[in-house]
Amino acid sequence: MNWLLDNLPQAMGLTVEHLYLSLVPTLIGVVVALGLGLAFGNRPRARAIITAVASAIFTIPSLALFVVIPSIIGTQILDPLNVVIALALYSASLLVRTVFDALDAVAPEVLNAAEALGYSHARRRIFVDLPLAVAPLAAGTRVAAVTNVSLVSVGAVIGVGGLGQLFVSGYQRNYPDQILAGIIVILLVALVFDRVIAVAARLLTPWLHQGAAANSGDGKRRRTSPAPVAPAPQELAASGREAK
Amino acid sequence: MINEMLAYFAQGANWAGETGIPARLGEHLWYSFLAVAAAAVLAFPVGVFIGHTGVGKVYLVSASNVLRALPSLGIMTLLVLLMGIGLLPPLAALVLIAIPPILAGVYAGVANVDPEVVDAARAIGMKDSRIILQVELPLALPLILGGMRGAILQVVATATIAAYVNLGGLGRYIFDGLALYDYGQVLVGAVLVTALALVLDGLLALLVKAVSPARRAIAR
Amino acid sequence: MITFESVSKLYPGGTQAVTDLDLQIATGSFTVLVGPSGCGKTTSMRMINRMVAPTGGRVLIDGQDVADIRAVTLRLGIGYVLQNAGLFPHRTVLDNVATVQRLLGLSKAEARTKAHEAMERVGLDASLATRYPAQLSGGQQQRVGVARALAADPPILLMDEPFSAVDPIVRLELQQEVAHLQAEIKKTIVMVTHDIDEALTLGDRIAVLAPGGVLHQYAAPIDILARPATDFVASLVAKDRGFRTLSFETLTGLGTTALPVPDPEGIIDMSALSPGWSVQVNRDAGTAAWIDADGAVFGPHPLVPADASLRTGLDAVLASPTSAALLVDGTGTIGSYFTLADLGPLLRPNEQARA
Repeated sequence: MNWLLDNLPQAMGLTVEHLYLSLVPTLIGVVVALGLGLAFGNRPRARAIITAVASAIFTIPSLALFVVIPSIIGTQILDPLNVVIALALYSASLLVRTVFDALDAVAPEVLNAAEALGYSHARRRIFVDLPLAVAPLAAGTRVAAVTNVSLVSVGAVIGVGGLGQLFVSGYQRNYPDQILAGIIVILLVALVFDRVIAVAARLLTPWLHQGAAANSGDGKRRRTSPAPVAPAPQELAASGREAK
Repeated sequence: MINEMLAYFAQGANWAGETGIPARLGEHLWYSFLAVAAAAVLAFPVGVFIGHTGVGKVYLVSASNVLRALPSLGIMTLLVLLMGIGLLPPLAALVLIAIPPILAGVYAGVANVDPEVVDAARAIGMKDSRIILQVELPLALPLILGGMRGAILQVVATATIAAYVNLGGLGRYIFDGLALYDYGQVLVGAVLVTALALVLDGLLALLVKAVSPARRAIAR
Repeated sequence: MITFESVSKLYPGGTQAVTDLDLQIATGSFTVLVGPSGCGKTTSMRMINRMVAPTGGRVLIDGQDVADIRAVTLRLGIGYVLQNAGLFPHRTVLDNVATVQRLLGLSKAEARTKAHEAMERVGLDASLATRYPAQLSGGQQQRVGVARALAADPPILLMDEPFSAVDPIVRLELQQEVAHLQAEIKKTIVMVTHDIDEALTLGDRIAVLAPGGVLHQYAAPIDILARPATDFVASLVAKDRGFRTLSFETLTGLGTTALPVPDPEGIIDMSALSPGWSVQVNRDAGTAAWIDADGAVFGPHPLVPADASLRTGLDAVLASPTSAALLVDGTGTIGSYFTLADLGPLLRPNEQARA
């Protein structure tokens, strides 16, 4: 803690870099995953290919990707862009599956109703499918964001790592306090991201937070009952990659 | 860079001895195995307990997210400074990242078992320990293995950083290459780790698939 | 007028869902497609709004082939009620009902005003407007589904098993309400159901379909009951058929007895019918209460309008402690009563229908 208090400006600078390196890839990942999901969600072949590619990308270790990207796209090995691209790839790979699953989870009678009422396909995708996918997408985004915050620090061993640089320099200078400071700030950043996304998702999905039916005595309950507020167990199991 | 990498692979000397590719691969797998085994021993009972009783499931997400946010590089370097160089610091860091997926898989697997099936088991006179062993765990197997698969992949990928604190494994090539500006050698490490991860992932996917039909047959 | 011209639907894989269907659905009629599952009733109905395309023949609305109308445009002009309501879980009740108006380009405020009107029409309390579907009961959800289909005032309304997912009491209530609503708004309604009772209760015309989408009979309910065209139709209506037929018979020719003059307190001495009994009429409620020799009160029992069905008359008599019911004639006068014995001659002619 002493180190943190004594070096506040440096810590701030690294935190800002860390935020940039983790936030930008998360946003790119969300946008790419949504685009792919909405465009190809109901085309089985394209979807199978995307899913296969995504899980292959997901399998590549981050450190490996950080050092391989320069040889593929010709950036300098110390370019922060390598980290941004690598993490955006991971985020998109993680989230595209979430988007597919979320779109699949929309009740068929709702889609049926939308079609029968006269929604065009594109309109339905944006005004019906998309809002209904927000909750699971947000759960996935929380995992992606938190994982990114943690992964950015690995970049420090190739010189681009935001707060991860505190680990490298603390290790080299035999200064545990500095490493501890890095861990704490990274946890804080991750926590803040997690909460911000959770709160935003809650605000975007008021229909999931209205309590139970007022008078359930009349008629059978329907499949449109609210989704559980806590993430489904499958979401927990399906997510995450190496958090270095 | 790619030519240098191919040249490295082509040279017979790089495949022999204690620092050869097979030896590094063996080290990498050994670290990974130790970490996953330790994490499974820790996470399994907790996952079964939460899945079976429902107690503490609201904290599961937060706890998993905190563990996920823990930077392994930081944990590892901190532990090395506090305990000295050895197998324990990287192992501890790897165990920490292996816990969330295993925990989530076991919990989800057990919690997802159709409550009616559990009810029926109880109705025919099974006690809780028997329900867990004979009903819930067999039905949970695909999700448990799914969680193990996630953990193994993450650990294999992350084990590369053990080399940062002077241990072996495939990360050696990356860190040695970076230190020598020998990017061909860096690429050797990256390609080997990726290949290992892809092969393991494929094998594990087959395994998960192999046990899934059994579950479906039982569940219906 | 909705016209099916030798319409067929053959699914890839060889399932014949609809076979050479010819059907003319008159404007303003309530037509029910009825049959067991797999009889192509839903498939046929969904051809009207192009949710399903026929593989043979044409479907015409007022002479125009629906295949020539843009699907979205067509559907915006046809209301649709689904089995499970199919409400949008992310929208409030009001915005669900306003959906079609919004799609038609109305402003949010205009659409919501219309939506309020539609909610009122189907008996939904305005306080529900801000709720989300998950906060409603099944019956309320179904009502919202009906309101949503009617909000844009489409001339045609399609209903796909609209009441099958709610419990029997709510179903009866919804059926009655739809019947009233139809009497008021006179849409062309096409409804699909597997429940022959529901079909007989609601439809002006009933199309009975057999598996494979083969039309067996298309007729008024009384004809379906009295003269089933095929064994299939007969088997469908077999259960309680004689009793059901009573719903379509009138009380014409009923022999009645004049009521004695009431005393100053409005109590009518019925000792001529049954010693010691009297009856008191509550004109406003349309009911009567029977009083026995000890002063115990039975009822209220409904009065029977002269234009009621034979089934209503029989029901009233069977429920009465004196086996008699009071009749209200066309001018609103309550001047006579009838007994189970009086109904006897009317019941007998139905024996041939029961055969």
